[in-house]
Amino acid sequence: MAAGSLVKLDDYRQVAPRGAVDILMRIGERLRGRRFVHVTASRYGDTGMEVLNRLVPIMSDLGVETTWEVTIGTADFDQVGRAVSRALSGTEQVITEAMLARLHETAVENARRLRLDADLVMVHDAIPLGLVEHRAGGGRWVWRCHHDLSSAQAQVWNALRPVAQRYDASVFSLARFAAPLSIPRFIVYPSIDPLSERNREMSRAEQATQLDRLHVARDKPILLQVGPFDRLHDPLGVINAYRLVKKHHDVRLVLAGSPPAPGGDVLSDVREAAGQDPDIAVVVLPPDPQVELNALERAATIAIQKPLKADFTIDVATAMWKGKPVIGTIAGGIPFQMVVNVTGYTVETVEGAAFRIRHLLSNPEMIGRMGAAGREHVRRNFLVTRHLSDYLALLAHLTR
Amino acid sequence: MSPTDPFVFLGCLELNELLPHEAHDARELLEQLGRVPVESIFAHTSASLLHRPVLAEAYPNDFALWVGTEVRDIRLAERLAGVDAFHAGSMERVREELVATVSDHLQHLGGAPGRTQGKRFRFFQMHLVPVPTGHQARSLPELRDALAEVDVSAVFYHTIEARYRAGRGRGDFAEWVAAALGQPEVADRLAHIDPHAGSLERLRDRHLSVLSDAIAAGAA
Repeated sequence: MAAGSLVKLDDYRQVAPRGAVDILMRIGERLRGRRFVHVTASRYGDTGMEVLNRLVPIMSDLGVETTWEVTIGTADFDQVGRAVSRALSGTEQVITEAMLARLHETAVENARRLRLDADLVMVHDAIPLGLVEHRAGGGRWVWRCHHDLSSAQAQVWNALRPVAQRYDASVFSLARFAAPLSIPRFIVYPSIDPLSERNREMSRAEQATQLDRLHVARDKPILLQVGPFDRLHDPLGVINAYRLVKKHHDVRLVLAGSPPAPGGDVLSDVREAAGQDPDIAVVVLPPDPQVELNALERAATIAIQKPLKADFTIDVATAMWKGKPVIGTIAGGIPFQMVVNVTGYTVETVEGAAFRIRHLLSNPEMIGRMGAAGREHVRRNFLVTRHLSDYLALLAHLTR
Repeated sequence: MSPTDPFVFLGCLELNELLPHEAHDARELLEQLGRVPVESIFAHTSASLLHRPVLAEAYPNDFALWVGTEVRDIRLAERLAGVDAFHAGSMERVREELVATVSDHLQHLGGAPGRTQGKRFRFFQMHLVPVPTGHQARSLPELRDALAEVDVSAVFYHTIEARYRAGRGRGDFAEWVAAALGQPEVADRLAHIDPHAGSLERLRDRHLSVLSDAIAAGAA
């Protein structure tokens, strides 16, 4: 099913747990006519937005009048927004009073323009946070924070916390990402869409076409890490783990990620570290590489996620959905997506990663067993149907 | 539910709320166990057991799991694992047993309790939103067939939620089979299914087995 084609909730019967679609339809009947507005600063850019692309039409299909409003700001405001987002995620920024005032002014302008009369208004992330100061009507307002606030820049968070506390409730992706707040804090894990281009079933012929296009040979077991070419994702550590494994097993390593940010020098370091080894493929992905990632993940034997610091990293679930065991660090949401020793292993060092990879390659029956367990674990916990269930539960609970 | 009513299957959506209570060691766990809403005790014992993936070696409640894996106090973890949330009688009684267990352990501990080097324990509570599944039953075969089809949350709602939080007797299935169908033996067998099955799907399978056996024996 191609991305963008009209997907109905009924289409998920083939992939969701037994009975899950029926219960969503029933709660949809109960909530029919209620209005749910999502507000974001962009319609594109991260996995949270990708899921909204699917959730919004399905919720409407269920009878919940769901809309998606997007705030607008000038080019200089976008820079302010990005800096504030980075500060909340723990990367120290220079944030001036003028920048915070700009954030407030833009909220005022957008509050006049956007249609926010609904039973539940869900405002995603920091940039539109201030809209709540202009709330009108009797609807409930929820702040959906996708950031990990555990190491947020104190100056910025101290300025934004009073605004956040004007909401009726907040939603975080993980308990460890949540900051203390005086309002209720709910936990909703991110999810994957099994019918998206990234995760839909793909024939071997199509996989082969995609892999040929990316110049990835399929003659050896593939170890795959998907992630940006930055130091936090430790691609050099993954290469070192691969070299330890390579002494015992003839494998291929594929490092696939988006182009590095301007000024980033990790990609050149990675290429230098890969040297002349023909079994290391460094794949710089094109924009919106959903089909490419689907093919790579299906071709992989073992998926690796070795970031030193991470957000939820839903890439773990996407690999597990394709039946791959995952070797991951304990950063961010990685261990929360896995059942350790059942769907994969958590590791803390290069040596640990190499040991676990070797163990799996030496016991190939475990690869299939762990992969199958991982797919079932994702089916029960990380599909968009569960995400939909959580949002409908939130709507029912807060507007009861 | 009156004896003449059909059995109406309800599923449920769950919403997990993070509470402001946290613990870094056994002493803090003891303090917080006494303070948190009883709903949180339910979320971390009866409910968590049935939402966890099946692992033979896993402790059956979140408190034991955390003490074992993060605090690394195996002695206390094993004792907490021994608190049986399904036979204590009430969630307040479960809380008392947990408090008594940790308290006794600390009294016999020589030094200060070890602090976690990993994750702190964060307390949750769970909000349930009941939802009609559209399935009804008026006989044992209908009950079995519908139970095989419904969302697994209905198994949770009619067994664990009914019996251990809402206080609806021996659980909705057993109560209805006894009252509406006049089948006390089958009701007893349903009521005696051990909730320590490991997962809701296994719990469903055990109910289906009891119902199928009863139907085969002519109890329908």
